[in-house]
Amino acid sequence: MPSMKDLQGRDRPTWCPGCGDHGVLNAVKLAMVNYNIEPHQLLIVTGIGCGSKLPQYMWVNGLHTLHGRDIPIATGAKLANHKLYVMTVSGDGNTYGMGLSHLLHAARRNINITSVVQNNQVYGLTKGQYSPTSETGTVTKTSPPPAGAIEQPVRPLALALIAGATFVARGFAKDPRYLADIIGKALMHRGYALIDVLQPCVTFNRVNTYDWYSERVYKVEEQPGGYDPTDFAAALEKAQEWGDRIPIGILYQVERPTYEDHLPAIREQSLVELGVHRDMAELERLKREFM
Amino acid sequence: MPKNDLTFLLGGEAGQGIESSATGFAKAIAHAGLHIFDLRDYRSRIRGGHNFAQIRVSAEPLTSHRETVHVLLAMTEEAVRRHYPQVPAGGAILYDEALPVEDAIWEAVQARGVQRFPVPLRKIAEEIGGAVVMMNTAATAAAAGVTRFPFSYIEEIIRVNFGKRGEAMVSANLKVADAAYRYALEHYAGSFDHTIEPIPGAPPRMLLNGNEAFAFGAVAGGCRFAAGYPMTPGSPVLEWLAGHANQYGLVVKHTEDEIAAICMAVGAGHVGARALVPTSGGGFSLMVEALGFAGMSETPVVIYNAQRPGPSTGLPTRQEQGDLLFSLWASQGEFLRVVLAPGTHEEAFEAGWRSFNLAETYQTPVIVLGDHFLATSSRTLEPEALDLSAVQVERGKLLSPAELDALEGEYYRYAITEDGVSPRAVPGHPKAVYVGEGNEHDYQGRIAEEIEDRVALNAKRLRKLETARQSMRPPKRYGPAEAPVMLVGWGSTVMPALEALRILNAERPTAQYLHITDVWPFPAEAVAQALGEARVTIAVENNALGQMARLIRQETGIRLEHFISKYDGRPFSPEYIVRGVREVLHA
Repeated sequence: MPSMKDLQGRDRPTWCPGCGDHGVLNAVKLAMVNYNIEPHQLLIVTGIGCGSKLPQYMWVNGLHTLHGRDIPIATGAKLANHKLYVMTVSGDGNTYGMGLSHLLHAARRNINITSVVQNNQVYGLTKGQYSPTSETGTVTKTSPPPAGAIEQPVRPLALALIAGATFVARGFAKDPRYLADIIGKALMHRGYALIDVLQPCVTFNRVNTYDWYSERVYKVEEQPGGYDPTDFAAALEKAQEWGDRIPIGILYQVERPTYEDHLPAIREQSLVELGVHRDMAELERLKREFM
Repeated sequence: MPKNDLTFLLGGEAGQGIESSATGFAKAIAHAGLHIFDLRDYRSRIRGGHNFAQIRVSAEPLTSHRETVHVLLAMTEEAVRRHYPQVPAGGAILYDEALPVEDAIWEAVQARGVQRFPVPLRKIAEEIGGAVVMMNTAATAAAAGVTRFPFSYIEEIIRVNFGKRGEAMVSANLKVADAAYRYALEHYAGSFDHTIEPIPGAPPRMLLNGNEAFAFGAVAGGCRFAAGYPMTPGSPVLEWLAGHANQYGLVVKHTEDEIAAICMAVGAGHVGARALVPTSGGGFSLMVEALGFAGMSETPVVIYNAQRPGPSTGLPTRQEQGDLLFSLWASQGEFLRVVLAPGTHEEAFEAGWRSFNLAETYQTPVIVLGDHFLATSSRTLEPEALDLSAVQVERGKLLSPAELDALEGEYYRYAITEDGVSPRAVPGHPKAVYVGEGNEHDYQGRIAEEIEDRVALNAKRLRKLETARQSMRPPKRYGPAEAPVMLVGWGSTVMPALEALRILNAERPTAQYLHITDVWPFPAEAVAQALGEARVTIAVENNALGQMARLIRQETGIRLEHFISKYDGRPFSPEYIVRGVREVLHA
């Protein structure tokens, strides 16, 4: 079982002091400790953005890729070696902007990967432009007054549910233990898991601060009457709840065969284990198809 | 009496079954021991328009079609109007008796000395088969009849092709074929000179197109993963692989877009599976960002670009060799990519497996530039022509689990080496925990912006350019070495060019052909040496700008003197090349 110390990276994070990314980093490490996942058993594929540098700041297999493309890259990695745990970690601009179509397709495929989205409702690394999850009217350098952001914000959890995700959750960067529990459960879940993380950008987002969230978030399982995460209609309602009260926790979790389950080629061995060897007699038979 | 040396052209609308019946007809003739070259020409639409298959038959191996058509098998008036000028004296037009063809055309046909063979194709299909769609069965059977090709071969193919659709389907098609065959034989065979006679004892041969040859080569070379978004003419590779996935241990993914396709392949390649992306130029354009990521993160991946005319969606179902220079420089920044341009079916097969060796050896993307003509034209090949015994698997500096177990000290993914290639480990081993990086990084894979790191890592990656040059094959030379004219081409141009050499050199050595298959890193010395031995040099390219000629000039300083260009969306014919050479010589 790895310890938090085993998962320590060589470099200190370059994130701003107080950034929610620190909370996500801690939560990922904690999930690995709690669920006994060794660094070599997990591959964290990231996109582009401050938070996407996460694998650099811990001891784990990482692949720091392109803006918005972490999900298809992770999908290919998972299909090539489905015995690895595969996770994506990226921001809202990356995943809900450029990568939104990939997210929806991953959900409908139910590919067995976990996506953690660091949602701070702003573009941090490019210095403060509005993001797909910014509220309508948000004023930034690319959404100047008087209108501010004109579009409706993306509601990622509702989209993921509609697309067919089998695990949909929300965490809060201020509570890494709770987030770690969700991440661990998502990694153990067979199928596509989306975890949206409320994660204040202390430099560029002066509205959605830790305090702003702290006043609003509640855990679904602690609400009066409890919560049934297999109830799709209830999950869809919770996924769209946003304002005075914001639900966190596992909103939805059901079992459905994963994409890999439908692939006879990898039923026994992963593609990597199958290697590159070819049986010549088998290939000679294949030749005869052309005759 | 001309025997076993003729071309059929089966022309009609999309949706009339031209594609499949031409395939069956070609196969039947191949089964009789004859050689085939089968050219396909079709429009970007599902029904209507004008499509044709041009099936050349010979007792000798073929590498190309010819412009001349001896039997025009016309399913529509348009097919007569478009193609009768290709039929020489002694040739024939077989057509449905009810086709509304203008008198003026028939007069022109007669003036050429071409015979008209009307057959009640539609009537036979409707009255005997019960369905108009069987007209194509009737047409090919009639073509067999006039050339006295034994019916048993047609029967065999009908049984195979329709077998899966039930005995009633087989029997109806057989009856239609028999009636049309007998009609044509009785009415016209006596007045037609060309015949096809089976060659007894001929060995069984394969009949396949370049896409199939490449896909088969990829499977032979250990391809385990393919992802793509359908785009003509690359998608048949995806389809063929999907059809063989379960049997041969592949995962084949039809993705949401081309960006996802290459990203999945890069992900699979990073983890250690041999991964392929079949596409065409428009799809490749979308993939360029991920191409650069593969270059920076040093991830092996193979991209097959079956070129077609661009820019944009261009001519979606037609031929061009317009993506050469784009392939060399696609993506921002400088990094090694290997570019191969197979020109024949044999080379397409070899590129199928060799591309993975190069991708893994140099840990970088490999682009295989096919083109529409190669992708969609079928040829008969001896089974040995796709040489399985030549297939080798070279994974380069890929560390095995045992090697990693024995590793002393830490593993550094991007270790600085003399040849630029770092030992590679795939994720999953406790001693090979690292971050693959798309940002600039140091030898450990840590994001780095210091001058020393940038220079060291960029230089390391670019050293692979010179290392990989050692794997590049010199161009192939065809034709008499003393011939004064050297034609220079790449890709499928080699196939009509070889036929053009036979025509040009029939009396005295006139032309030779320099065929460049390994395009990048450019085999500059070997090309320069070959060109130095020529008196007259002519680039022959299916593009307008002479991209290979420009590349040769860039890499060797040698300027090719002449250029036979074709960018009308159609492939070279041997005759076109011959005319071009003669123009140069007589200018």
